Amino acid sequence: MKVLVAVKRVVDYNVKVRVKADNSGVDLANVKMSMNPFCEIGVEEAIRLKEKGIATEVVVVSIGPNAAQEQLRTALALGADRAILVECNDELRSLTVAKLLKAVVDQEQPQLIMLGKQAIDSDNNQTGQMLGALTGYAQGTFASKVEVAGDKVNVTREIDGGLQTVALNLPAIVTTDLRLNEPRYASLPNIMKAKKKPLEIITPDSLGVSTASTVTTLKVEAPATRSAGIKVKSVAELVEKLKNEAKVI
Amino acid sequence: MAILVIAEHTNVALGAATLNTVSAAKAIGGEIHVLVAGAGSAAVAEAAAKIDGVSKVLSADNAAFAHQLPENVAPLIAEVGKGYSHILASATTNGKNIMPRVAALLDVDQISEIIAVESADTFKRPIYAGNAIATVQSSAAIKVITVRGTGFDAAAAEGGSATVEAVAAGSDAGISAFVGEELAKSDRPELTAAKVVVSGGRGMQNGENFAMLNRVADKLGAAVGASRAAVDAGFVPNDMQVGQTGKIVAPDLYIAVGISGAIQHLAGMKDSKVIVAINKDEDAPIFQVADYGLVADLFDAIPELEAAL
Repeated sequence: MKVLVAVKRVVDYNVKVRVKADNSGVDLANVKMSMNPFCEIGVEEAIRLKEKGIATEVVVVSIGPNAAQEQLRTALALGADRAILVECNDELRSLTVAKLLKAVVDQEQPQLIMLGKQAIDSDNNQTGQMLGALTGYAQGTFASKVEVAGDKVNVTREIDGGLQTVALNLPAIVTTDLRLNEPRYASLPNIMKAKKKPLEIITPDSLGVSTASTVTTLKVEAPATRSAGIKVKSVAELVEKLKNEAKVI
Repeated sequence: MAILVIAEHTNVALGAATLNTVSAAKAIGGEIHVLVAGAGSAAVAEAAAKIDGVSKVLSADNAAFAHQLPENVAPLIAEVGKGYSHILASATTNGKNIMPRVAALLDVDQISEIIAVESADTFKRPIYAGNAIATVQSSAAIKVITVRGTGFDAAAAEGGSATVEAVAAGSDAGISAFVGEELAKSDRPELTAAKVVVSGGRGMQNGENFAMLNRVADKLGAAVGASRAAVDAGFVPNDMQVGQTGKIVAPDLYIAVGISGAIQHLAGMKDSKVIVAINKDEDAPIFQVADYGLVADLFDAIPELEAAL
């Protein structure tokens, strides 16, 4: 079974982003970039499926700037077999990304497609579901457990009230949630080996997908800040303040 | 211009989040219709018809919609939604699961988790875990949107008298099946709807100690939440997680106990009206957003708080 994992290059999750003074976006100059944490969980899950003998090949794909090769090399060092970069410098919306991935799916014909449930920059949580509509495949979003059984995959999903399990016909799409697994670190020998693994670079044009979008970002602002209040000395003082000052209890 | 709101429900009861989504629809302006896709969900359609501001309820009752499988529900919404300028759903796990599939079927971009309506085509939404707020404009013929409930007050659940119309559409796509679910049972209010939330973090040390918070919560009629650290450590189940990747809450009172205040947790609760932090580390970042901070060992402070209430 071939597994395709989509990964996105995003600002590292430890970076505190700052909004640009002209409100055109956030300042990403000289900021550390990494693989989106949810995508990393997707790569880890695919590699575990390969280690269990269920997956035969793990292909990673990224859609983004030339520098996204760095994240693809990381995925190769973690154990993916080969990588595809759809090189594009524009900021793409989820629907366009889903259309590009659909074109890659048509070429690669994977049985399982793993994506992160959302990217920590745009926070859209859309691409996997959109790819589901475009391919006509079933989707298991926000997965905390993935079990391939014959021609089906059982996906346990984190939902508002608890957990839900669905059985999906393969090929299927899975989007990862935080508790699916804990990604490993790449070892130095594997990082060296990854440099020799195949990485193909293609363009949106070659896939026949237009990158136009109907959504425009007008401005980006810093959120309203909350200022620190007061420190109380005791539980009694706290209860008194909540009752008489804040009037919330 | 008419707006279609997708009802959040359990087949027997209308989800409270729907009321906030109706308010977002009111802010956009136009006739508001509600689609109830479910199985045996007549009571939900009746409840939706009473929401203030709703003029029509479309009821699609079909066994294929019983568990809200997106493969079955999304084609229905896309079909019914073709005649509308906007399709809105709550940004619950259900709305997030289904709506992008609807948007792609309609070949339009989706705008996720709006927190404010600037005009019929312009909306505000948080990005980078709430560290920035983007104002986005859509030129799509049909605007597919999910609504973050904390950004909008709930519409009145009573006062409307919409007509209920049956929609005879829907089929099972036959590519997915519901296997089972484990839902947390609680007599306490739902996290996202509670007026008071008491949350515990890694400082709680284990799951058993959450019983202390439960007792305080019972005295306040509060819901109990947790930080991601407490969930990842296995103290409590994932459905209690408050934060960027968990539930987004904005109660009148939020009490953070033994929570350091990581950015991703703050993203889930910083819109609360009053925030109380109880932590023994006086440098914990949670104190920077707290209205009232108490530097104390929670194992002393929580029993004392319970006794004082």
